[in-house]
Amino acid sequence: MNKHKKGGAFLPLAPYSLWSVLFIVVPLIFVAYYAFTDEAFRFTTENITRFFTATSNIQAEDGTMQEVRTYLVIFGRSLKLAVISTFICLLMGYPMAYIMARAKERTQKILVTLIMIPMWMNFLIRTYAWMTILQDTGIINNILGFFGIQPIHIIGTETAVIIGMVYDYFPYMILPIYSIMAKMDTKLLEAARDLGCNSFGVLRRVIFPLSLPGVISGITMVLIPSISTFYISQKLGNGKFFLIGDAIEGQYIANNLHFAAAIAFILMVILLVCMGVVKYFTSKTYGGE
Amino acid sequence: MKKIIELKNISKAFDGEGVLNDISLYINDNEFITLLGPSGCGKTTLLRMIGGFEHPDKGDILFLGERINDVPPHKRHVNTVFQKYALFPHLNVFENVAFPLRECKVPKDEINKKVNEILGLVMLGNFAGRSVTSLSGGQQQRVAIARALISHPRVLLLDEPLGALDLKLRKDMQQELKKIQQSTGITFVFVTHDQEEALSMSDTIVVLNEGKIQQIGTPADIYNEPDNAFVADFIGESNIIDGVMLENYKVSFSGHTFECLDKGFAANEPVDVVVRPEDVDIVAPEKGMLSGTVTQVTFMGVHNEIIVDIGGFKWMIQTTDSVNVDEHIGISLDPDAIHIMKKSKYSGMFGDYSSYSNELDELADAGGEE
Ligand SMILES: Nc1ncnc2c1ncn2[C@@H]1O[C@H](COP(=O)(O)OP(=O)(O)O)[C@@H](O)[C@H]1O
Ligand SMILES: [Mg+2]
Repeated sequence: MNKHKKGGAFLPLAPYSLWSVLFIVVPLIFVAYYAFTDEAFRFTTENITRFFTATSNIQAEDGTMQEVRTYLVIFGRSLKLAVISTFICLLMGYPMAYIMARAKERTQKILVTLIMIPMWMNFLIRTYAWMTILQDTGIINNILGFFGIQPIHIIGTETAVIIGMVYDYFPYMILPIYSIMAKMDTKLLEAARDLGCNSFGVLRRVIFPLSLPGVISGITMVLIPSISTFYISQKLGNGKFFLIGDAIEGQYIANNLHFAAAIAFILMVILLVCMGVVKYFTSKTYGGE
Repeated sequence: MKKIIELKNISKAFDGEGVLNDISLYINDNEFITLLGPSGCGKTTLLRMIGGFEHPDKGDILFLGERINDVPPHKRHVNTVFQKYALFPHLNVFENVAFPLRECKVPKDEINKKVNEILGLVMLGNFAGRSVTSLSGGQQQRVAIARALISHPRVLLLDEPLGALDLKLRKDMQQELKKIQQSTGITFVFVTHDQEEALSMSDTIVVLNEGKIQQIGTPADIYNEPDNAFVADFIGESNIIDGVMLENYKVSFSGHTFECLDKGFAANEPVDVVVRPEDVDIVAPEKGMLSGTVTQVTFMGVHNEIIVDIGGFKWMIQTTDSVNVDEHIGISLDPDAIHIMKKSKYSGMFGDYSSYSNELDELADAGGEE
């Protein structure tokens, strides 16, 4: 409501503003600065163009060699895995958030805690855990073997990477949706029923539109980290799925700081534009929020 | 008259706390019926039961003679105007009102026609495209009413719909609601804790307290012939005095025997006697049936509200005569100024103005409800 509070509101925000300038704005400026300079820190757009034009040869499925735009292919692959993971998170997270928000208060608290517990554990350890679960001789295959079922090969496939991403980022999808649903005015749901909606109608015509801001922030919070992840694909994909995050890391380790910065910068711009578009359309449809 | 809704021996408890206790009541088609009672007496719960949002622990709800206990809200021909309107914030005024029509897949042209028509009826013709969050309380109220009326329910439930409005707007809306009810012929079940509102709008009033029906009747019945001390006190001001019914048409209280219009009590049965403050005539002390000393005079505009100590019991009297504090006055009561009630569990709890203060009363009124 009061978007334009002034004066008095600034003081308590001061430490936060300082923090965000120091640890968010300054690093971003450095990224941009490195992206547009060469080793001698002279201005150049070389790094940016390299992202779009660099080529390499890969073996296509029919065995022939093909020349492709290296980084565009990598970006496309990252985008594909990230979108699939985000979509799965949404598909699982939305109904679960809906059920949670309707549960008893005590149950809600327990479920929220259960969802958050994995987040207290180190991200690397979680990924390692999935390695032991998914390995050819891992837990899943042991269990399958116990029932006399043929082992399945998961580790090193796209499926494994997607499982890892979904597991790691699922809380970021469910929590914003859940929190918006939990504080939704139950009177609105009753009003919808009163005016002729069955349960599905209430979901479709009231709950879903009102939960959209939560869905948007869930999608943003899952899509962005999963598009730029590198560790999950290295560990669960056996390094076979080189993603944009891997590319940044690789260039950084190879000490190509300027090109690494350029990739990061392009990724950031693309994501910002996407978010801007989404925001524009949601604010147009749901002006009240 | 046709009974549209019947409640039969409804009881309901929340967490072991009895909220409604053996409520039986019928509602006639086309009437304006009001559930009146203090905050927490179970009015909302009863209304929600008719709407289908609560289920009775015991008892039946009938709609045109058919049991509807298990019929879900969207299948009842009953719509609700919620206490805080519950408008959909993601829809504009037009779409809020069109909401029920879209659910039944009414053709577009017809939706346009109907919505514009009803927005006209509630005087929001120019507001169709506005966001509901940008409306004032009174305007939101009208949208809620239009939305509830547009699908022509048989019964409209209104839960303290005027509670959030200021006095002036409240009075206007009272008139408007009554007009809408009369022109549409829809049965209105109206909930309020404001007795004046109930008296001025209703065909029938149901007085509730502590989850029990205290009295059902027309506004005049309820005001003139309250069944017990609770009703007498809740509806307007009352002096409620301990008395003894000597025989038919003869009651004794405050050491004097009065003629009255009531009969059918046992000889010498203890009763509660109600005298409304405006029904007391002030006369010279020697001419009075009773006499006492004025302890307080408050100028109320048209009349004075005075407190008189008569034999230790403090009466409230409204008079246009001018009297002064410490003045000794007599009072005289016509037979029709006296109303006799059977003793109830509320006897002795109400109707004595010993600790009365106007200011306190107003404070209590203002703070009593959200
Ligand atoms: N869902 C509920 N759970 C527990 N107690 C409730 C619930 N709804 C109402 N009550 C209790 O029932 C009583 C009557 O409430 P209500 O019907 O809202 O009264 P009114 O509308 O007359 O103010 C109150 O004591 C209230 O606290
Ligand atoms: Mg209420």
